[in-house]
Amino acid sequence: MGGQLTITQLQQKANDIREDIIRMLEAAGSGHSAGPLGLADIFSALYFNIMNFDPKNPEWEDRDVFFLSNGHTIPVQYAAMAEAGFFDKEELLTLRKLGSRLQGHPERERLPGLENTSGPLGSGLSQAAGYAYSLQYLDNSKHRFVYVVMGDGELDEGNVWEAAMFAGKYKLSQLIAVIDRNNIQIDGSTEDIMPLEDLRGKWESFGWHVLEIDGHNIESVIDAASMARAITNRPSVIIAHTIPGKGVDFMEYDYKWHGVAPNSEQAKAALTKLRTLDGKISFEGEGV
Amino acid sequence: MIYYPLHPDAFGDDVQQEPIRAGFGRGLKVAGETNDKIVALCADLTESTQMHIFKQAFPGRFIQTGIAEQNLAAVASGLARAGKIPFASSYAAFNPGRNWEQIKTTVAINNQPVKIVGSHAGVSVGPDGATHQMLEDIAIMRVLPNMVVIAPGDSVEAEKATRAIAENGKPSYIRLAREKTPIFSVEESPFEIGQAYVLREGYDISLIGTGTMTYQLLVAANILAEQGIRAEVVHVPTIKPLDEQTILDSVRKTGRVLTAEEAQVAGGFGSAVAELLSEQLPTPLKRIGMLDRYGESGTPSELLEYFGLTGARIAEKAAEFVHNTSQYHRDY
Repeated sequence: MGGQLTITQLQQKANDIREDIIRMLEAAGSGHSAGPLGLADIFSALYFNIMNFDPKNPEWEDRDVFFLSNGHTIPVQYAAMAEAGFFDKEELLTLRKLGSRLQGHPERERLPGLENTSGPLGSGLSQAAGYAYSLQYLDNSKHRFVYVVMGDGELDEGNVWEAAMFAGKYKLSQLIAVIDRNNIQIDGSTEDIMPLEDLRGKWESFGWHVLEIDGHNIESVIDAASMARAITNRPSVIIAHTIPGKGVDFMEYDYKWHGVAPNSEQAKAALTKLRTLDGKISFEGEGV
Repeated sequence: MIYYPLHPDAFGDDVQQEPIRAGFGRGLKVAGETNDKIVALCADLTESTQMHIFKQAFPGRFIQTGIAEQNLAAVASGLARAGKIPFASSYAAFNPGRNWEQIKTTVAINNQPVKIVGSHAGVSVGPDGATHQMLEDIAIMRVLPNMVVIAPGDSVEAEKATRAIAENGKPSYIRLAREKTPIFSVEESPFEIGQAYVLREGYDISLIGTGTMTYQLLVAANILAEQGIRAEVVHVPTIKPLDEQTILDSVRKTGRVLTAEEAQVAGGFGSAVAELLSEQLPTPLKRIGMLDRYGESGTPSELLEYFGLTGARIAEKAAEFVHNTSQYHRDY
């Protein structure tokens, strides 16, 4: 989109995306709350600053490509796409309903602008790596980038590490992965269920350039993506530390909101709470 | 009926034999010469799957993934999104055996024209034993919406099938065998995706086969002829989409059906034919293949004999079946 928004405007976009998410989930009556809310700042940065695309021509051949690996967080991508003009915001309320283009997990063929189909965890990085391999080795297309967002819980999947080895071997420098490091998965904390640390060390040992940021600081997200694009001899991974449910105080940090949608009372409370943030995402003293 | 010339030496002692996978290797190279979007991926079995021929011709379009079949399938999906036509190969036991979910989600639901190449399918893999004898692939692949499933009957047909799926624009699975298989077709024999072929006309029973079993059915038909049983042989290289018309036309004529496959009958090719007939033309049916059990170690020929998958053994079953179902025969 080309960076025409200020940081304050990007923060407001993130706030709008959060509102969209809460409204969508309430209307759907099911779905995942914590992950999408926690990713709102990252998606604001991706769709309103970092990535090049044309919402009126989703197949534009010079676009950057975005793959969502943890498909259950799709409400945040739908919201960002609607805010970016891929489709009307009204359609967001069809999420998870019969006949909707907005399936509970993303299906590429249903909605122009989606690059992949995902849901079962652990395969998005492979798909992104396949695309990045094509750009780097088959198409001689050096100016396009492939972004993929993964959850941290899905790093339990072996497929992720097969892809990490693959991208490391082929030094897929146009591949930029973002890990939503929110420390929760369905059954509890990631470090209780299946410890991921030393996460930085793992990716470095697989041949990746690792960046570690506050995933709610939009400026940091933009800077990290910029740095990742400048690394030309390795793939890059941005470990984005986030708070699950970010922006809604009664959802924050609570893994029980991973796979639950707010009811109308909770949604009302959440929207009120969001508005009290006054366009700011970080409370005073938070962030980097 | 479509004219289908058979190889003149198909039934002699000097019948030519070649692994079906060899035809794939040649076909992929030929396809690659005419379409530069074709790329090939392999999970550390490049020569075994015969992908080395393509690799030698087009080193820049070959991608080694290591022993990582889940990544193999999903990387292929990403390449397809980037406009490529990826052929992803390994042993069928692992591809689609290991990575079925990645194939379902990132290739089939995602509807990308990835070509899954499963080599070393069936019991004729031989001494490697049950873990490496893929018998369930027909069942697990034909159940996937959007997926085309092909089991060529010999290496000559495998070459044509490979070139055909390269250009069909759809998720596709091609099933290959390791061991040398008799060549019954010739260059001029037709191959079209979704088309079944009557190789021999008959009136008493339809012998309907796929993959390596078609040749055994031709042998069985010769034996049955000596006993006065006129068997029709139908070759079905495309298991999905199934050529319902050709099968129904044959069965309407003969009134009896025997299917044969080097795979689990449950869910496999025999099941596909049973589903068709039970809905549209209920007919006495005998299914030959693996009957709810795994294979084991042995030489390929020992195993085919042991599991009743040779022409002679199939002829015995067919004769018994014809005898037991005489009341159903439609007289002509």
